[in-house]
Formats: sequence, C-alpha cells, structure tokens
Amino acid sequence: MNNVNISLVGVGGQGVVSTGIILGNTVARKGINVVMSEIHGMAQRGGIVTVDLRIGDVYGPIIPEGKIDLIIGFEALETIRALKRASRKTRIIMNTERIIPFTVNIGDEKYPDIEEIIKKFDIRNIIGIDAVNIAKQTGNLQSVNMVLLGAAFATELLPIEEKDIEESIKIQFPEYSWESNIKAFRIGMDQYRILTKAYL
Amino acid sequence: MENFSRKGKMVQISNEGAIKMSVYDVLLNDSGKYFLLGNEAIVRGMIEAGVGFAATYPGTPSSEVGDVLSRIAKKAGIYFEYSTNEIVALEAVAAAAASGVRSFTFMKHVGLNVAADAFMSVSYAGTNSGLVIMSGDDPSMFSSQNEQDNRHYAEFAYMPLLEPSNPQEAKDFLVYAFKISEKYGTPVLFRTTTRVSHLRGIVEYGSKGEIKAKGHFNKNFEKFTLLPSNAYKQKGKLIERYNALKEESDSSYINRVEGKGSDIGIITSGAAYNSVKDAIIELGLEIDILKLGFTFPIPEKKISDFLNSHKRVIVVEELDPYLETKVRNVAQIYGINTSINGKMDGFSPWSYEFNPDRVMEILSKIIGIEIKKDDKYSEIKLPSRPPVLCPGCPHRATFYATKLVSKQLRLEDPIYPNDIGCYSLGYQKPYQMSDFLLCMGSSIGSASGFSQATDQPVISFIGDSTFFHAGIPGLINAVHNNHRVVLIILDNRTTAMTGHQPNPGLPFNAYREPAKEISIEEIVKGIGVKYVRTVDPYDLKETMVAIREAANSDGVSVIIAKRECALLRDERMRREGKWIRYQINQEKCTKCMNCVKNFTCPAIYVDSDGSVKIDPVLCDGCGVCSTSLVCGFHAIERVEQ
Repeated sequence: MNNVNISLVGVGGQGVVSTGIILGNTVARKGINVVMSEIHGMAQRGGIVTVDLRIGDVYGPIIPEGKIDLIIGFEALETIRALKRASRKTRIIMNTERIIPFTVNIGDEKYPDIEEIIKKFDIRNIIGIDAVNIAKQTGNLQSVNMVLLGAAFATELLPIEEKDIEESIKIQFPEYSWESNIKAFRIGMDQYRILTKAYL
Repeated sequence: MENFSRKGKMVQISNEGAIKMSVYDVLLNDSGKYFLLGNEAIVRGMIEAGVGFAATYPGTPSSEVGDVLSRIAKKAGIYFEYSTNEIVALEAVAAAAASGVRSFTFMKHVGLNVAADAFMSVSYAGTNSGLVIMSGDDPSMFSSQNEQDNRHYAEFAYMPLLEPSNPQEAKDFLVYAFKISEKYGTPVLFRTTTRVSHLRGIVEYGSKGEIKAKGHFNKNFEKFTLLPSNAYKQKGKLIERYNALKEESDSSYINRVEGKGSDIGIITSGAAYNSVKDAIIELGLEIDILKLGFTFPIPEKKISDFLNSHKRVIVVEELDPYLETKVRNVAQIYGINTSINGKMDGFSPWSYEFNPDRVMEILSKIIGIEIKKDDKYSEIKLPSRPPVLCPGCPHRATFYATKLVSKQLRLEDPIYPNDIGCYSLGYQKPYQMSDFLLCMGSSIGSASGFSQATDQPVISFIGDSTFFHAGIPGLINAVHNNHRVVLIILDNRTTAMTGHQPNPGLPFNAYREPAKEISIEEIVKGIGVKYVRTVDPYDLKETMVAIREAANSDGVSVIIAKRECALLRDERMRREGKWIRYQINQEKCTKCMNCVKNFTCPAIYVDSDGSVKIDPVLCDGCGVCSTSLVCGFHAIERVEQ
C-alpha cells in the first residue's frame, strides 16, 4: 500500500481535530498504521488549526513539504493557505464557508477573492463544496465534517470502505444523529463525484 | 461530570463493546490496541505501572494527562489532585512516594522551573516507592513563552532521563521509568515534547499493575531531612547512584541500534527520531540509527561502539546540542577519531522543532545529496488569523472598560503588565494591553518594579488560577513595599486556556466533587489591600466605576472581574435549553464601526456590502455589545427563541 498524507485545515472550533480522530480511528480499525498531529492550547482560540494525518509506513505526524495527497479544508481562506505545503498534484476539498479573521474586520487586511486566486494561481484538483448548506439539508448543522469526509472518501485515496465510516459514525455519535450523519456523508460523496465529472 | 467540555475521543480499534462504553473507560481495559494521544497513553502507562498518587498543575503540552486522569482516577483507585502550582505538586508526590505509594507528577517545561527548588533536592533525598516527574517540552513554542530544553535538568540534578518518541513508547517507557526509579531509589525525569504528547498513534496495552494509594511513612531523618549535614552525605550517595545508572543506561533495551551497517550513522532521540526515520525514507537512504530512549546518563559504551563502527556520525536532536556534547565527550575520552556532525559545527539548527524537511536539509548539507521537490504553487499572500478571545469572553469586556477609563482619565502612557492565560490575548489589536509578560505571576511582580522605576500608571492583569499559582507573593510584595498599582484579577471561574481545569477558587476538585472554595477577595483583603471591589465585567458601567476609583487610589488597589468563562457559559445555556442571540438593526446602525474596531468580538463582522452583522452561529448572547457603552445608537438587539 502507498502511504497517504492528509492535511485537515480550518479554524479553531470547527471540529477539525475530531474529524481527524474519526478518520484515524476508521483506518486504525482496519489494522493499518496511522499517526496524527493535534493542536491544543493557545492556538485553538479562533486561530488556524492544522491536523496532519498520515497512513502507512510513517513515523512522525508532520507531512513533508509537497507530499500532501489530500487537503480537507473546513474554511475557504485556510484551504488556500494550506497550499503552501502542497504540490500541484495535491487534491483539494474546500468547504466554501468563509470565517472572517478579526484582522480583516478591523480593516488591517482584506479577505481575498477565492475564485480569483484559484484562477490566477491555476489551482487544479480543487473541489468547492457548500458543506454548511448540505448539513442544513440533513437537519443536523453539526454534520459539516461528515459532508467533507464523504467528499474525501470519494477521492478513493483512503484505504477504507463506506461501511467502515458508517461504523465509525455509530461509535462516535449519539444514536439520534446517526441517520443525519450518514446522510451528510453520502451527499458529500455524491457532490464530489458530480463536481469532478462536471470538470472532466 | 457535566462540567467537562471536551467530548470523548478515544475509541478502541476492535469494536467489541465500544459503542456502549464510556470513551475514557477504554484506558481501564485489560488488553487491546487503541488509537491514543501520547498523553492518553501516559495515563495508561500509569495504570500499568501501578501509580497510586498523581498531582499536577495544568500546562500545554501536558494538560490532557490530567484531563483524562480526572475522569478515570477514581475508578482506577488512583488519588489525583490539581495542585496550586508545580512545586506543590512535586512536594506532594515526593511525600507520597516516600510513604511507599508509586507517584507521578506532570507539568509543562516551564512548570519545572517553578518546581525546580524541590526537584533539585528530591534527587538528593531519593525515594522509597517509584517517583516519576514528567516535563512536557514545547519546541517551536506552540503554547509557551520559551522553548527551554529540559533535558539539562536531568544532568543538573543527576536524575535519570527517559525520552519517548511516540504514544506506544510513552506508555512503555513510563512503566520502565517506575522500574528504574524503584531499582535505584531515585526519582526519574520523563521528558516528552509537544509532538510526542500530542501525537496520536496506535498503542498496544500491557498488563495492568497493582494500584496502591495508601502507604506508611517510615521515618528516615538522614535521607528525607535535608539539613546541611544530611545533604552532605546524600550527595556522596547521589554520585554513587549516578555511576550505577551509567551501566543501567548502557544495558537498557530502550537504547538500541537500527540498521544493517552503513558508513554513516545517526544518533537521535525523542520526536527527532520520527523526523529522521521519515527523512531517510523520503531520501531513499539506508543509514544506521542509534535510537536513544535513556538519555541521562548516556550509554557511553553503546555510543563509543557506534562511533567506532561508523566513519561519520550525525547527531540529530531538537533544541540544544545536549546529546552532541556528550557524544563528543565520549569520542574524546575513548580516543575515537570518527567525524561527528551536529549543531556545534553549524550543520544543524539550534531552534524550533524538527520535521522531515529540516532533517533532510541537515543530511543533504552533510552528505551532499540533492533533494527533489515536487512542483509547488507560487506564494499566495493571505491575511493572518491570530488566535482571539472567544465571543462572549468576559476578558474582552474588562479590557474594553479598562481602555475607556484609561482614555477618560487621560492616563499618561500607562503600562499594562499581563500574565499567562487566555487574557494574554489582550496583546492583540485593538486592546493591545499586554506590555510585559515573562512567566506565571510576572504581572504583579513586575508592577512593583514599573511603579517604582517610572512615573507611569501601572494596571496589571492576572487570571484566577494564575493568581493562586504565583500571584500572591507578588501582591504581598506590592502592598508591603507600598507600590502604586492597580491589579485586575480576571476571575473566569476556571483554568480556561489549558482546557478548563478546576483551581482553588472553585467549589469542586479534580473529580468534580465538592471542595472548599478559596475566596480571592478574602485573600486580597487579608493581605491588607484597602481598595478591593468585585465586579461583573459584563456590567461595563460598574466595572468602569471600579477601575476609575482604583486608578485614583494610592497604594495597591485590586479589582476582581468575576464572570464565568464564555465557553462554560455556552455549555450551561445549552444544558438549560436557553438560546439568546443578538442582531444588528440595520435601520438604526450608523456604521460608526465602534463595535467592530474597538470592541472587536469575532461574532461581529462587516459583510461584503459594508453592513455590520452578527454571525448567529458565533454569537453567544452575552449582550455586552448591545449596551450603550459599545453601541451608542441602540442598534444591537436581543433575539430569543
């Protein structure tokens, strides 16, 4: 099996770490080696959160520069920021939600036009998903991470099967939210497939 | 138990029973493989080692050990307490271990500075039962004021030092640390770094140990009463023990050679080992590694053998050239001519944590190989996103009020010493009220110096937990020496930054069981401070009146800004089924931008059309922005469901 390097990025409070744990547990249950970095402490307070998750013959949790296979971006600006450690081969899933940093609100800086950046820097392999809206459709606003995990699954980079994730959902969440989380996962998966087809 | 904010995260890898079990209980299972955080694995290590007594003061990256332990200690039969500070914690565990109870204390690296007085001496006294002291170092300073390399402490105190590289080793080495401790009657320093404590990986359990939380203290004056005459004798024994430990390190299974024989060899330890492994895999190299887990005393013979069997040896370690100086010493003593490379000859950097890229760079410089880089994106300039005070944070209200009063009174270039906690973020714009910050308690100690050495007004900030930890001696000093200082104690009813651990100001302990609440106001009054007011920072008017009076008082005046942490409040509101939000009435909003530019709550934002809005997901309904001191146009209105 090839090693798989995944970087999950977002803003403190978006559930980036817990999504990494769900994915890591799912892989670990298959008997495959997995390591993951977590961020705790000061950086959590509305700052940038980066979780590296590495699968296969790996030791440390930090992905070497340019070796990220997949970025799961929970916020638009942070997804773009993660590109500095990526290569042109990296596949990118971007939640289109924007969380405005206070440096922008107080007028020191500007939130960039993401579409313009994608064009200007010729960013390929990027799929934008309105995960917040999809989560709303499932009736469970907390299921944004499952939408993104569904899209990640659809890349076929992960050494797991659909039923493994469903099992993880049942382990991780209270019973009343199983259905909405599984639904969110499936819509995320379908969205990725539809959007990648549209681009081809 | 409902006070806990972190959701359970551990899940066992085999599914049996996982769905029904409390997630933390998996640490108490008899066997299995689990996907654990380094700090969680350390708790499992305690259970396997038979630890009966544990004490700590929270600090990143060690805090999760306590977070997890507080949930299972009772079930496991372990006594666990959050102590007032690290030296108290160390003194408590030293006494427990002297009484025949295996004991463990854990702290962040700078916490060991606080505990250093006891640390240095406990090595002289030694121990009866196992005693292990964990230092969580923080290379790259993710959550710290410095990145000191605490391996030096081991040598300083002649205390054996173990360094795990991953969660499995963190568990295994802790069990081993207790064995070493009891075999030699010495405390052991157990050093992790952020990337080990916060690395999640697969851990296979060993068998559980027998846990005993009560013992008996058999008096031994010469050993435990370190009067000069006794200390004199103990020093001799300490050096004897050190010599015996040298041999232990040389025969230790955690100091091992990997590889099939190569001209070049690498000596490494801790998190750097992971980066070395990943780097040589990336580079497709086969290099022998001497992987050290027992790093004080160092295994001299193993190192000399490794030097003798390689033409060149590269020492790869984070921070200081701790191992390198010792490897060079060995070469000198044993008369070995092998080339040694590291930091002291300029190849390896002295700062910040390592990663595969940095190690590849070091190796490529020394060996002269080229690193292939994949096609990268060109640099994109993006706005920064520094951490901020949460929506509803009571500290924001206090900073805002203090700033308004400072302006109203036309205070001339006031100095705002700050302290360690969430409120350090008062450093950010627009408050910028963190002018001087060294360590726990420095807000009030430095205030004495500033008030005497300058004519500038001094307004200091310190949190509740930090006040108990290190603020009280500074306050006594300021009162006794009659300095003119305003101290604002930000009492948010928890130790928030590290993950909401209790402190002595709360009516419950580590188990969330009732405990005596120590009144900050009574302490301050007891010290003899004449002006003392407790205010609710959400009430800006009341807070401003108090700050104004304090600023106009002579000597030391103290304001206790008391209001629970917003994250705890959010949780309480959810539990109580309350939902309050605020929104901006666009007809009344004049876009004066005071709420955006001066109050600056993360929930308030400027939309693309220029209108000011409140994000209902982020808003926590504190309502401070709706008061006339923030919005003079009454445009911010309450929404209820």
